[in-house]
Amino acid sequence: MSLFIIVALPFLGALLPGLMNAAGRAACAGVTFTVSLFAFVGLLTNLPSVLAGEVVMARVDWMPVLGLNFTLMLDGLGFFFALLILGIGLLIIAYARHYLSRDDNMGQFFTYLLLFQGAMVGIVLSDNILLLLIFWELTSLSSFLLIGYWKHLPEGRQGARMALTVTGLGGLAMIGGMLILGQIVGSYDLSVILQNRELIQADPLYVPALILILLGAFTKSAQFPFHFWLPHAMAAPTPVSAYLHSATMVKAGIFLMARMWPVLSGTPEWFVIVTTAGLVTMVVGSVISLFKHDLKALLAFSTVSQLGLITMMLGTGTAYGAMVAVFHILNHATFKAALFMSSGIIDHEAHTRDIRRLGGLRTLMPITFVIATLSALSLAGIPLLNGYLSKEMMLKEATKTVLFATPWLVPVLATVGSLFSAAYCFRLIGHTFLGPVRDDYPSKPHDPPSGLWLPPAILVVLVVAIGVAPFLAEPFVKLVTASVLGEAGEVYKGQIKIWPGLIPALFMSVAAIVGGLILMALFNPALRLWDAAPRPEAKVIFDGIVEAAATLAQKTVLPLHNGAFSRYAAIGSIAIIGAGFHAWSTGTIGPASREMQAVDPVAVAGWGMLVAATCGLVFLHRNRLLSLILIGIAGLMVSIGFVFFSAPDLAMTQFTVEVVTIILLLLALNFLPKHTPIESSVLRRVRDGAVAVAGGVATFVLSFHFLLRDAVSTPISEFHLANSYKGGGGTNVVNVILVDFRGFDTYGEIIVLGIAALLIYALTETLLSGPVRARLLNRKPDQARAGDMHPMMMVVVTRVIMPVVMMVGFYIFLRGHNEPGGGFIAGLVVSIGVVMQYMASGFSWASARLKYPYHGVIGAGVLVAGLTGIGSWFVGKPFLTSDFTYVRIPPFEKFELATAALFDVGVFLAVVGAVMLSLESFSRLARRAHEPETEHPMDIDPSRDAEDVKGVV
Amino acid sequence: MIHWVIAPIVLPALLAPFIVLAARYHIGIQRAFSVAGVLALIVIGAGLAWDASDGSVQIYQLGDWAAPYGIILVADSLSTVMVLLTAVLALCVLLYAIGSEWDARGWHFHALFQFQLMGIMGAFLTGDLFNLFVFFEVLLIASYGLMIHSGGTARLQAGVQYVLFNLIGSTLFLFALGSIYAETGTLNMADLAARVALVDPAETVGIRVAAVLLLLVFAIKAALVPLHFWLPSSYAEAPAPVAALFAIMTKVGAYAIIRVYTLIFPPDVEITSGLYDMWLLPAALVSLVIGMTGVLAAKRLDRLVAFSIIGSMAMVMVSISLFTPAGIAAALYYIVHSTLAGAALFLIVDLVRTGRGNVDLTAQPPAAGAALTAALFFAAAIAMAGLPPLSGFLGKLLVLNAAFDSDMMVWVWVIVLSSSLISILGFARAGSVLFWKAHGVAPGAEDLVMPRPATLSYVAVGGLLGLLALHTVFAGQVHGYTTRIATGLFAPAPYMEAVLGTPGKLSTPNEEAH
Amino acid sequence: MELLVASAIGIMTAAGLYLVLRLRTFPVILGISLLTYAVNVFLFASGRLATGASPVLRDDVSVYTDPLPQALVLTAIVISFGMTAVVVMIGLGAFLGSDDDHVDDQPEGTGGAS
Repeated sequence: MSLFIIVALPFLGALLPGLMNAAGRAACAGVTFTVSLFAFVGLLTNLPSVLAGEVVMARVDWMPVLGLNFTLMLDGLGFFFALLILGIGLLIIAYARHYLSRDDNMGQFFTYLLLFQGAMVGIVLSDNILLLLIFWELTSLSSFLLIGYWKHLPEGRQGARMALTVTGLGGLAMIGGMLILGQIVGSYDLSVILQNRELIQADPLYVPALILILLGAFTKSAQFPFHFWLPHAMAAPTPVSAYLHSATMVKAGIFLMARMWPVLSGTPEWFVIVTTAGLVTMVVGSVISLFKHDLKALLAFSTVSQLGLITMMLGTGTAYGAMVAVFHILNHATFKAALFMSSGIIDHEAHTRDIRRLGGLRTLMPITFVIATLSALSLAGIPLLNGYLSKEMMLKEATKTVLFATPWLVPVLATVGSLFSAAYCFRLIGHTFLGPVRDDYPSKPHDPPSGLWLPPAILVVLVVAIGVAPFLAEPFVKLVTASVLGEAGEVYKGQIKIWPGLIPALFMSVAAIVGGLILMALFNPALRLWDAAPRPEAKVIFDGIVEAAATLAQKTVLPLHNGAFSRYAAIGSIAIIGAGFHAWSTGTIGPASREMQAVDPVAVAGWGMLVAATCGLVFLHRNRLLSLILIGIAGLMVSIGFVFFSAPDLAMTQFTVEVVTIILLLLALNFLPKHTPIESSVLRRVRDGAVAVAGGVATFVLSFHFLLRDAVSTPISEFHLANSYKGGGGTNVVNVILVDFRGFDTYGEIIVLGIAALLIYALTETLLSGPVRARLLNRKPDQARAGDMHPMMMVVVTRVIMPVVMMVGFYIFLRGHNEPGGGFIAGLVVSIGVVMQYMASGFSWASARLKYPYHGVIGAGVLVAGLTGIGSWFVGKPFLTSDFTYVRIPPFEKFELATAALFDVGVFLAVVGAVMLSLESFSRLARRAHEPETEHPMDIDPSRDAEDVKGVV
Repeated sequence: MIHWVIAPIVLPALLAPFIVLAARYHIGIQRAFSVAGVLALIVIGAGLAWDASDGSVQIYQLGDWAAPYGIILVADSLSTVMVLLTAVLALCVLLYAIGSEWDARGWHFHALFQFQLMGIMGAFLTGDLFNLFVFFEVLLIASYGLMIHSGGTARLQAGVQYVLFNLIGSTLFLFALGSIYAETGTLNMADLAARVALVDPAETVGIRVAAVLLLLVFAIKAALVPLHFWLPSSYAEAPAPVAALFAIMTKVGAYAIIRVYTLIFPPDVEITSGLYDMWLLPAALVSLVIGMTGVLAAKRLDRLVAFSIIGSMAMVMVSISLFTPAGIAAALYYIVHSTLAGAALFLIVDLVRTGRGNVDLTAQPPAAGAALTAALFFAAAIAMAGLPPLSGFLGKLLVLNAAFDSDMMVWVWVIVLSSSLISILGFARAGSVLFWKAHGVAPGAEDLVMPRPATLSYVAVGGLLGLLALHTVFAGQVHGYTTRIATGLFAPAPYMEAVLGTPGKLSTPNEEAH
Repeated sequence: MELLVASAIGIMTAAGLYLVLRLRTFPVILGISLLTYAVNVFLFASGRLATGASPVLRDDVSVYTDPLPQALVLTAIVISFGMTAVVVMIGLGAFLGSDDDHVDDQPEGTGGAS
């Protein structure tokens, strides 16, 4: 079967259990089992070619530019691991179906399990190391989900997060390592990489790559000092612990080291790092394990120590060591999975895993007793069981391994490790099964249904079979070893023998077993010693680090982003000024190319008023009404400046906009406090002043620089001046640019106005329909009202000039194309005229007489402008292409009627609508706020008063 | 004369006022037109992208005036991809807004939404700097409207800061434009590229300052530290669909940087060299740290996501600031990823809010529809944290790979990798508190029962995640295409030729021959 | 003359920046408007200065000032008018909702009227 299908099956199958959930537990487990079985069979179909020593390949390009391709490879090593994953997987699924209780969501469980299975198979079959990375991280994620499967358990959540963090850390490191490796070799395909041992080991980046990759492997395989996450992963349901955390996932790191063995091993760096890590892990794990009372914790640390053993063997870098590693992977997978399942059975039946509360189960659960004892003894290294063989070989290799130039170091520590392993195995058997039957079990234990004990039993059969007849496993082991070694080594010729002969290793393992028995006998005093001894608790340290990180993050980031706009603005300004200064100071300045123009006294006067108003604004800005007047003056001076420098259109626009803006601000100030309190410290004001001055100097220098120099080439406006009349049909070039050359800008700009008005309207609606409305109604006017709010004079005047204003607006509009003026200015003038009515006669009176739907006006404006633009499509011209002709309406001068003028109508409408709608919105707010509502145009009206008098009389 | 190039701008620009005029009071009709418009945009965008996919550059001369005298739209492979991305994102967001009825919680949502789209499309398509400013303003003011949609004091206060900060940005933009025009006398990008060559090496301060100011303007949009402060609270306070749509707005800044600093001020131009290369990449790295640290620090889910947006924008900026074809290609791939993932996360935040009434990262009883929401969150978080199998991981590989030859390689690698560890930590904490710890909490009597989010909302989020999955599966094709785009950007001759070589009303190209 | 214009720009920018860094919405808005004046003049000045040369074509005149910046500034003025109106309105809304016109977010509890 194609490798793709083997990898894909579990992923595709992962959907099924979730869907089958309703169909019942049996269906869930059944479909999961079938899926794995298919994958398993599919794998076996490749057995012949693997036995023939071929490498099965399958390839699909994914990201060729990056070198990440979907390339799969099946050789001895891959086959071996895939076999473990799928084979043990089948047993686990059968076991879990009976293990999980009724209120567990079985569909979810099996979905996660299949996801993991697929990811794991993916790892061992990947040929592309980036692809391998992807599956690698996927195992971390699925293990995260499985450990946290019992969501209500805090241990589950914490264990899941810890596992994800530690293995995630390793995974990220590995990304770096793999990328470096790929960059060295020029390919991310293992089949290529494995051919380049010399190239890689000669590269200066070899050591970084090695360390990063080993980080990944060690974290995954729980090597010291990253071993601590594994015991906490035991919060997962026991099938998960048996599957992920003893048989398969934790072996991924081992697998990686084996996979990379030909190119990474054999250097002193590899030897020292890997062997040491393995040795330390082995000893530490076995020692801690002895003193754990929770069966699963004991087994977890035992797993840690056994993984250490395997790592150490790979670290030696010898062909024999590699073979020992492979053999022990196989043996450990069998007896450890069996042990985990037995502990699960005990937990399931006796409702406790605490060794101190167990004992005497021998008679109560004989089957479990046999299974557990056999696998435990195998782990202890008792002859005729498979564990003995690989441990024996390990010790033999240990005697040959010299670390740090001290020949006794490795052998002694290895013996100590096996001694403790033997001890905890004996304790497991002794304290759980032997001894007197107790009467205080949380629940009366008895052997489980076959569904629970059959899977481990099958494994134990293997344990014994290999133990008694090693030659059964030997050819397979050697085949796998061969594919580990590649060209880098020769497979050990000798036999795997039960009786190795009188070699040191034999005495070492005898010593280990005897010592184990003695230690077991002395367990209680040893335990007291252990409890008395101070030792670091890994979880505490880890949580401490994570908490510290989180707190640090909160202490640094949150205060920085606490919504202090003025600080944001200050930092931003400083950054901008700084970057600008840097650009300036690193550039070159040539001589000025333009003459300074003579200063004109009028200009100086205007400048003086502008400066005075501006500085006044800074010092008097606390009085808001006054500051409005001052900014008005400043704006006025600017517009006069525009007149002075021959920009009449600008002047008119600036002036009219100024008026409307001030009105808006006045209306707003009607609600706001009239005074700004002093709140910032002197120091802050000095800081702000410094920033401000820096900014001012910067803009001054910049503008002065440009004013005295010409552009590098003739400005494009030459073209506008030349073609304004010819092509745009107008003599007012600015207006022609606005409505023709750059009409699209104008189009965007009226849309901005329109949006502004819509926004203001929407906001007003929202405010008035929300809690704000109540606030407004209860709001007390904070200033005494004038008796005569709508003075008669003003009313009369505004009423009289209204038509004039309209006329002027129309005129300005029409002449716009040839003389200063145009849509905007006209629009603003007209709106000011209308606003005057509002101001003079009050909002109620005016809006009662102005029934234009301003929405409509804006919409119409924007539409007219847009449609004018589209109009040109019908003559096959681009958007906004203009055409024009000349007409003459007495009494006006001859003017030109251009499609651009139609566009200008749109502008006009949008401006009027926008301004009016905004003002109206403000007025509606105001009217909610106890503005005395009068339908009369003016408060004092002689005729009306006279009638009142009559009425009285 | 084909008008498709301008269609993505004109269509929403006409649709919006129409909605205001005709359908002001009928939310149903508004929705129908809005969705129809966005669907049309997708079709048009796809068409344009298809036309441009062979590397051809299509231009549109507004008012029939040739560049540089008139305004010009340019549809090349880069801008069309961004247009298409925007349209697709808009559809998902719009569906969510309708499903969750956000659009009915205030006035003119759909009109503003269309205007917003018009602004974004215009920013992507225009070939004229001042016109870019105008479209920035259009999309900004529309975004103000959308951001404060349906009011609320906290939202309005955040809105004030957002608007003020962007007003400063607009002012800066005008300073930059003034400097550009004063120095070169033109506003058209291609023409600028031609005229920058004319600048006298003895007189470079002007153009240098102009270039850097422009970069800062775009950096504000791209939320680059230290100009990012506007983002967290405004995105967190904005209505969910709006925040989701904003995921593309930061990209506008990134797009503008890519465009301007490969076309006008490419790294090999002598007079503007050494301007930003000394601080742009470090700034991006700092943003990455701050963003991802914020993910770990945040005490509310919406803030967490906002910070993750800063982080993923920083990834884009890191990749851009390498200014190599590989870097730009990676950045473009990552832009698509980060847009979709960010949008999805913001919508999921709203699903959580709908389910449990708030988004505080504290244990509360299981919320309505939590299981599905949790699954979506898990997927989106994986994407954003850059874990396999989703595109975030591939994007990260691309960025790291592109940075391999940079002299700051070690910094980039260390910070990118460690920051993604931090974000994994942050997302894992948030997820396990929100969705797992909940099972440990018994529902109290006072907890009011919240409604289950609407199905359409889930469809919208699912759509985004589905797009992410496609972005992953077809990563090879996508990255291949972005690579072609990137190499094209560094060889702008066809672009220049298309823009400056096309005659227009009263002008023939040879009179402006550079 | 150039000196006058440039210094005016500088002074308005400085004043604007200072007001932008204040703590209440109102002065900040005034500051923004000042900045807008400054930048409008700056943009206008990018066409260099000329007196008595309005860009309105006359048969007897041959020298005109650069019209393009004027058009740009005109656009900018109108846009900034819209923006100002909007920010005033939003600020007002925020104030009416909380009786507080601080531009900075206030720490919990201290956000009352002032």
